[in-house]
Amino acid sequence: MAKFIRIDMGSRTAEIGACPEKYAGLAGRGLTSMFIADEVKPTCHPLGKYNKLVFAPGFLTGTSAVNSGRISCGAKSPLTGGIKESNSGGSFSQKMARLDIKAMVFEGLPADGKYAVVKVDKDGVTFDEAPAEIMGAGNYDAIRVLQDKYGPKVGVALIGPAGEMKLTAANISFADPEGNIRSAGRGGLGAVMGSKGIKAVVIDDAGASAVPIAKPEEFKSAAKRFANALTTHPVTGQGLPKYGTNVLVNILNEAGGLPTENFRRGRNEWANNIGGETMAATIEERGGKTTHGCHAGCVIRCSQHYVDKQGKYITSGFEYETIWALGADAAIDDLDAIAYADREFDEAGIDSIETSVAVAVAMDAGVIPWGDAKAALDLIKQIRQGTPLGRILGSGAAAVGQMYGLTRVPVVKNQAIPAYDPRAVKGVGLTYATTPMGADHTAGYAVATNILRVGGFVDPLGKEGQVELSRNLQIATAAVDSTGMCLFIAFAILDIPDGFNALVDMINARYDLSLTGDDVTALGKTILKAELDFNRRAGFTSAHDRLPEFFEEPCPPHNTVWDFTDEEIDSVLAF
Amino acid sequence: MHITVKCYATLQRFQPTGGEVFALREGGTVHDVVLALGIAPEDVAVIFVNGLHAPMDKALAEGDRLGLFPAVGGG
Repeated sequence: MAKFIRIDMGSRTAEIGACPEKYAGLAGRGLTSMFIADEVKPTCHPLGKYNKLVFAPGFLTGTSAVNSGRISCGAKSPLTGGIKESNSGGSFSQKMARLDIKAMVFEGLPADGKYAVVKVDKDGVTFDEAPAEIMGAGNYDAIRVLQDKYGPKVGVALIGPAGEMKLTAANISFADPEGNIRSAGRGGLGAVMGSKGIKAVVIDDAGASAVPIAKPEEFKSAAKRFANALTTHPVTGQGLPKYGTNVLVNILNEAGGLPTENFRRGRNEWANNIGGETMAATIEERGGKTTHGCHAGCVIRCSQHYVDKQGKYITSGFEYETIWALGADAAIDDLDAIAYADREFDEAGIDSIETSVAVAVAMDAGVIPWGDAKAALDLIKQIRQGTPLGRILGSGAAAVGQMYGLTRVPVVKNQAIPAYDPRAVKGVGLTYATTPMGADHTAGYAVATNILRVGGFVDPLGKEGQVELSRNLQIATAAVDSTGMCLFIAFAILDIPDGFNALVDMINARYDLSLTGDDVTALGKTILKAELDFNRRAGFTSAHDRLPEFFEEPCPPHNTVWDFTDEEIDSVLAF
Repeated sequence: MHITVKCYATLQRFQPTGGEVFALREGGTVHDVVLALGIAPEDVAVIFVNGLHAPMDKALAEGDRLGLFPAVGGG
């Protein structure tokens, strides 16, 4: 019987019950969002007593299905003020699934303001005081201390100093299979975890049995077809493993959609210095790892170990969006410097997208010079130090813009716009505007169709076809985010129909269901509707679904502008 | 005429050693450049000419900037 665990941080008690009927058919984002919509008071303070934090593995997590180990984290976001689902790799989710835990809910506030480590294993839930040595420490050391204490194989979810300070860009970090760091990055969920007095959650699946499969033979056959789609598609089979997500720098630069110097233009002259090709060559030359997976069973392996000139590890999960934000938007033409910044984001436990965009905004405000790598790293290190300026930076791009009186602040619903200029990649602009998550490329990745020519083609510079594209991708993404699958599987299943069918077949074989593709679409719609309804009850209107007005300025080299009408924008999620 | 050509990702190895400037007959197409560089046309998934998506049979003009990509993705 699947377990549903409610953990009250006020009394430090846990109630382990059967999964309520209404959540039995849900998982991942579907579960976290329906739960938040049901149980969290939409008008609550995100750091107050009415907010709840929920973790859920996906439908297929813990099985032998490749790439199924993602975890969804949900709460009301302190950054956006709306509903949030932020997902991550790492080993935590698979351990939850093997312990047959459908969801873990954290409620209440600590009576004494102290931080706890919550331990979950087959015998239940226990609470320890957080070791003094990890309070205020960097996340790498903290994971080491926790794995020394609780076992080298335990899954770890933790907050860093940024979460302890309850900064609105604080993330939740997850240990990967090697004890390095993956993050549920966006929306400040680390601050919610901090507000509940949770320094870390450790999970030990020792003694757990394998995830039950209703129809093992059918599952095995579908899993094989699914893996085949991922390994044969050139994006998931070749491009991502070889170059990582950072392969996008050069293609966005060619397309004129690589926002440079706080979104002043869409192309620069130094892009190749920070791109995936240069990064892979540098890693190879220095003896690092060009490819590894963020969770066991990943066959795409888009992550890497970026190392210094001596071959010593600096960071992993070194993603395009972070490299874009520091390398192009903040004009830091130096991959090593960006890698040290990425490491510091992980140590502090802060969203590398939000904070990197905030650095570019700080440069625009004249706080530090454009492109100054040393000044940027000093500024980022102030987050951990807790200086007033560090706290402002750690509160995100909008906070920095507000403190310095700027109007050129690239955010929607207070969340930083990532890596693709909405004037040159218009489909993703509609996603930024309308997703209930705040500006988030992953919520409906129209870049695939606008730029990469995956899943068809829609002209990035025109308006035609973009409304439907963003809508359909947002619906499909909400469903994929419920499976535990890495979103990058979409590159393969958008082009290979049997890959999509195999995904549905795996879910059916796991649970003895008979879902069809239409049911998957219906699920995506149900999730989005619940999220939109939560936001409406939290006070959001269509006025919040708008891009900042500076996007009316032409974006070189194409000199296109953001030109969707309010009616067109409002039609994206009108279904 | 001369154009600028940039080969990326797995096509990088076809980048002319002399640099990005490429001599081409008047009216030459993307396809002509791809063949001249020794790239199999089916390995080219995305073509940009002056930052705009272009088909393989697009005729090029003096000073055009051509970007050639295999299938790539990320996000």
